[in-house]
Amino acid sequence: MAITSIKNLKEFSTTNDRFEGSHLLCPGCAHSMIVRELMNSTDDNLVIASNTGCLEVSTAVYPYTSWDTSWIHIGFENAATAASCAEAMHKARKRKGTLKDNDAPVKFVAFGGDGSTYDIGFQWLSGAMERGHDFTYICLDNENYANTGGQRSSATPVGAHTTTAQAGSVSYGKKQKKKDMVAIMAAHGAPYVAQLAPNKWKSMAKGFQKALEIEGPCFINTVSACTTEWKFDPKDTIGITDLATDTLMFPIYEIINGHELNILYRPKNILKVEDYLGAQGRYRHLFKPENKHVIERIQKDIDEKWEFLQRREEARI
Amino acid sequence: MAKEFELNEVEVWDGNYAASQALRQAQIDVVAAYPITPSTPIVENYGAYIANGYVDGEFVMVESEHGAMSGCVGASAAGGRVATATSSQGFALMTEVLYQASGMRLPIVLTVVNRALASPLNVRGDHSDMYLGRDSGWIQIDAYDAQEAYDLALCAFRIGEHLDVRLPVMMHQDGFTTSHKAQNVYPLKDEVAYKFVGDYVPVNDMLDFSRPVTHGAQTEEDWHYEHKAKQHKALMDSRSVIDEVFADFKALTGREYKRVESYMMEDAEVALVLLGSSVETAVLAAKQLREEEGIKVGIVSPRCFRPFPYDLIRETLDTSSLKVVSCLDKSAPGGAMGALFNEVSAAAYTTQARPMMTNYIYGLGGRDFAVDEAKRIMREQKAHADAGHITTPIQQFSGLRGPKLGFFETRRS
Repeated sequence: MAITSIKNLKEFSTTNDRFEGSHLLCPGCAHSMIVRELMNSTDDNLVIASNTGCLEVSTAVYPYTSWDTSWIHIGFENAATAASCAEAMHKARKRKGTLKDNDAPVKFVAFGGDGSTYDIGFQWLSGAMERGHDFTYICLDNENYANTGGQRSSATPVGAHTTTAQAGSVSYGKKQKKKDMVAIMAAHGAPYVAQLAPNKWKSMAKGFQKALEIEGPCFINTVSACTTEWKFDPKDTIGITDLATDTLMFPIYEIINGHELNILYRPKNILKVEDYLGAQGRYRHLFKPENKHVIERIQKDIDEKWEFLQRREEARI
Repeated sequence: MAKEFELNEVEVWDGNYAASQALRQAQIDVVAAYPITPSTPIVENYGAYIANGYVDGEFVMVESEHGAMSGCVGASAAGGRVATATSSQGFALMTEVLYQASGMRLPIVLTVVNRALASPLNVRGDHSDMYLGRDSGWIQIDAYDAQEAYDLALCAFRIGEHLDVRLPVMMHQDGFTTSHKAQNVYPLKDEVAYKFVGDYVPVNDMLDFSRPVTHGAQTEEDWHYEHKAKQHKALMDSRSVIDEVFADFKALTGREYKRVESYMMEDAEVALVLLGSSVETAVLAAKQLREEEGIKVGIVSPRCFRPFPYDLIRETLDTSSLKVVSCLDKSAPGGAMGALFNEVSAAAYTTQARPMMTNYIYGLGGRDFAVDEAKRIMREQKAHADAGHITTPIQQFSGLRGPKLGFFETRRS
């Protein structure tokens, strides 16, 4: 990899640019920031697979494409399989010497939203991780089925309003806890698993580089603030993400080889979750007196999780 | 380099083994597969070739059939030869990706060992999985025995990968009656077989980074229609390539295949149209009936189920002697006539003779189709011919226990 150190955002802006600025993602969508960071974190050739979702429908509408690298989309659930079997093909062709450039380094990456990662594509992802292909799966986690207008996913947090888990006169929104996908992926024994956020762009770039460099299946969950469904001003994407990481709603950490946990960001001032919830329309109903208990529950869950992560880190096992 | 597999001039192979040997000889780069009865041995045999150095490619055992076809699509877009095998429920699970594979114009070869679709769960052979694939945009070729399963699998790569075609190909054989029946098979030597199949020529290769490609784009009402029309044209036009590959195969081996196989049709008064391993039974019955009762029976069989050979079916049925044609469908028709009846009737309607058309559903879930049953149907056909009109319901269930089941009486007298 040619880019071994990244000093500042300006340097990033001059690195190779294989994801064109012209695409159909919403203004303020964090997807494109995350994708560009991934693509800028390596000079190697890239084969990218995308599940159906916001990223896919916004970047490859015939006769246009935003991808100045090899890219494939099959269906909603199978980008992990597409990327992993393209990797298998690379191995086979390299061995047989039928590649156009047999020595050029290639990285295989799959992108999915939380719908295709946590829900409909879960089996395909699990299969690809278990098979041990040399590829990296990146979940663009915006905590709902945003592409189809904001339905619940198993990544939607407690209390959030979605069109299929609505807040109403007798409901405070989603009742169930968010699935812990990072733990599930770590339990596959993957060599590198992380949760990263685009506001912490340095740790994100480092995490991406680690995942791309490490041989084997790596998984990264990235928080991708969704201006349309979380309901905030498009200019506030990074501000909202700051609140997500500073309230520890989205702790930033990595797990090496399924067990070695490292916290990658410790907020100097841990903010109360109200600051994060209050900045988004999807949580507005939680501030009604009768829903106070939900905010308390969310804060309790966050505190417990943070305690757990810190203890796991200290344990060094 | 893969080791050469020593083969005798004549081997005793079943349909599964024959298909897996053809896959091995084609030197596939990636096989992504998930086992299912009755096609499991194809995947197992391939696993043995991998384990013993007879194949250089990658063997990816995925977590489901949907994953298998997804993996085939990803691998194929990465510019190499790809194949897999499945049956029945596995085929049904793959269906979403079958359409994606053909729409993306990836020449994957899929061996389908035909088996009934649940429910009720059934592992035996019928054609419901083959019929499920008929609108998926794949070429579908049907082998009736182990030799054909081997020969036609080699042809399948040539056909699908032809630059004018670039479409995926299903190679069908009947579950158990073909897949598990051992017979003498004359294989080609590895080198000869590979030379016939040829080197894979990548198109829109994802691993050629000098020319980045986007696979699986989105189109709405502005372009979707044109794409699908182009795909259909490629499928219809593949007929000439199929003929060409069959001709080359005949020149190499002396074994002749046609998009429509026909037997004793020159003077036939009645004809059966059917697919798969039942063809052999029907031909035997027709020969005996000609001898024993003087009924002039002919047999027609579309070797190629897709693209459907309307041209050759019409040619075959356009004889002045022909009065009755009965199509035998080995798939539950689901509230309609059998698919073969519909296709063949469309072709027959354009002939001068316009024979009377009837439909038999038979053999569901592996119900045996024997010579006696074939003869009973042929006699029924002869009765129509003699009466000058159809004397039974147009659609009947053959070989069914209990009271007779039929639909659509004709009002002709």
